Amino acid sequence: MSTLTSSPSESTSASGLRALVERLSIPNPATVGKQLLLPLIGILVFLGFWHLAAPQVNTSLGAFPGPVQVWEQGGQLWQEHSSQRDRADKFITMQEERNQRILEKDPDAEVKIRPYPGAPTFIDQIGTSLVTVLAGFVLATIIAVPLGIVFGLNRHFQAAVNPLIQVFKPVSPLAWLPLVTMVVSATYVSDDPMFEKSFLTSMITVTLCSLWPTLINTSVGVAAVNPDLLNVSRVLRLSFWTHVRKVVLPSSVPMIFTGLRVSLGIAWMVLIAAEMLAQSPGLGKFVWDEFQNGSSQSLSRIMVAVLAIGLIGFLLDRIMLLIQKKVAWNE
Amino acid sequence: MSKSHLELTGVEMAFDTPKGAFIALDNVNLKIKKGEFVSLIGHSGCGKSTVLNIVAGLLQASKGGCVLDGHEVNSPGPERAVVFQNHALMPWLTVYENVELAVQQVFRKTMSKQERRDWILHNLELVNMAHAANKRPGEISGGMAQRVGIARALAMKPSVLLMDEPFGALDALTRAHLQDSLMEIQQELNNTVIMITHDVDEAVLLSDRIIMMTNGPAATVGEDLHIDLPRPRNRVTLADDPTYVHYRQEVLKFLYEKQRKLETIKPARAGKAEQQEKREEAQAARA
Repeated sequence: MSTLTSSPSESTSASGLRALVERLSIPNPATVGKQLLLPLIGILVFLGFWHLAAPQVNTSLGAFPGPVQVWEQGGQLWQEHSSQRDRADKFITMQEERNQRILEKDPDAEVKIRPYPGAPTFIDQIGTSLVTVLAGFVLATIIAVPLGIVFGLNRHFQAAVNPLIQVFKPVSPLAWLPLVTMVVSATYVSDDPMFEKSFLTSMITVTLCSLWPTLINTSVGVAAVNPDLLNVSRVLRLSFWTHVRKVVLPSSVPMIFTGLRVSLGIAWMVLIAAEMLAQSPGLGKFVWDEFQNGSSQSLSRIMVAVLAIGLIGFLLDRIMLLIQKKVAWNE
Repeated sequence: MSKSHLELTGVEMAFDTPKGAFIALDNVNLKIKKGEFVSLIGHSGCGKSTVLNIVAGLLQASKGGCVLDGHEVNSPGPERAVVFQNHALMPWLTVYENVELAVQQVFRKTMSKQERRDWILHNLELVNMAHAANKRPGEISGGMAQRVGIARALAMKPSVLLMDEPFGALDALTRAHLQDSLMEIQQELNNTVIMITHDVDEAVLLSDRIIMMTNGPAATVGEDLHIDLPRPRNRVTLADDPTYVHYRQEVLKFLYEKQRKLETIKPARAGKAEQQEKREEAQAARA
């Protein structure tokens, strides 16, 4: 809008309007359109295509579910979860009341506290999967970042280990899984295990598959520190630890985070495969169970899981991005 | 003061390249008095930076060596602070924290916390950068960042201040401004300074002595010119000063008549090969 050519009254009203718009913080419609409208159109087109194409695909379990059926199953799964919750709550209160009665009669009586025996719901499985993936990812980070720093600092060490990294990096989780399962069963023997074996198997598989991007990016970031900054460190005679802490590590934080984001994405993908194969609780097992179940709703329920997996993966990446923006100096 | 504060004797520098040893410097001898401002000037590739890096201890001479106050230089240290061409500030630290890193390292045992704080601020004030103490290097201009680089070097209380083309990356006006600041600071602190430069006016204006280096390979000291101009110096009045003009011409004669560098335009392939050679040299220098 040109205020140079318009009359004074027009320009004041225009600037008044602009001030009002700014005060109400209404963003420029053009940018809103670009930021929101286009993705919305993309989603709608996809849903329409899905809706039309799905009934054409016939499987032994009936037609492939369209968006409507999947939406219904999503609601269904949520309802199952809420009713299961209610039953669990009732079970716990009943158990507590019964224990109270027993204790009133005989204060020395041993009361049993059992967890609710019902099957885990879809939402429970999501929770389990998130815990497993985060445990595996944290373990991978704890291993990969220090190791990456060592590789990045020492060229000889890197040359020695590089072939191993290149060979292990492309290995599929499915190949690791039987080995990890056997090793965990053989070594993790305890009467009162802190973790389920299946949890450990999935977690370790996730770790083994997801540590490589962080490892490689960290070592590249460490090796690429500006030579001038290294010279500053030498002139100041910084000790090895101060050098790593004050120069090397901050300088490679952006690269480390790039690696971490790739690692987390891989971790989430690997986890689903590992859970399916290892029959450890989680979203992967949910998908596998539904597949084996083979009811008329199974495909819709699997589709709900697919969408949930995608959304959670997207959210995990966004969370990493937020952390990166807080931590990295170049953002 | 002892006659030679800093002394380079018979310095030879050879880099290993795939085509055999490359002799960058041959028999460089130099004596510098305390408080002297010395400029090293020469065409690019003549080994000026190599001389500076040997004094800094960042490079080891293949033959001969460098002695500072009676001690042989064989590793870098804060008593030979370096100002790098591209400021070399840590981009994740604020201006204050960048200087603090140096002060913390050098005066951890000899200064109290408050003394260190005052010393950091004092040095930032010296270069007129106290107002930006809490800014990051990315938020200030190149000239300002270079000032902070100088403040960081000065804060180490170095016995020699080494400057590697400190104003080379700055525009002409900012450069002039910083040169004036540096002259004032030098007047006040009387540091020994070795500065590398490409700029004839900068060399004559700032220096007590200009060391002109011959072209490489096997570069060495060509001429040693004493600049006998009273201080404080003013760039505007000096522009017409016959002594100044004479010194200026001496340097120009050396650079463009005696050591004229034949930069013929080579065919692209040869140019690439030369670039490759340069890269290899740089790699050898780093290793």
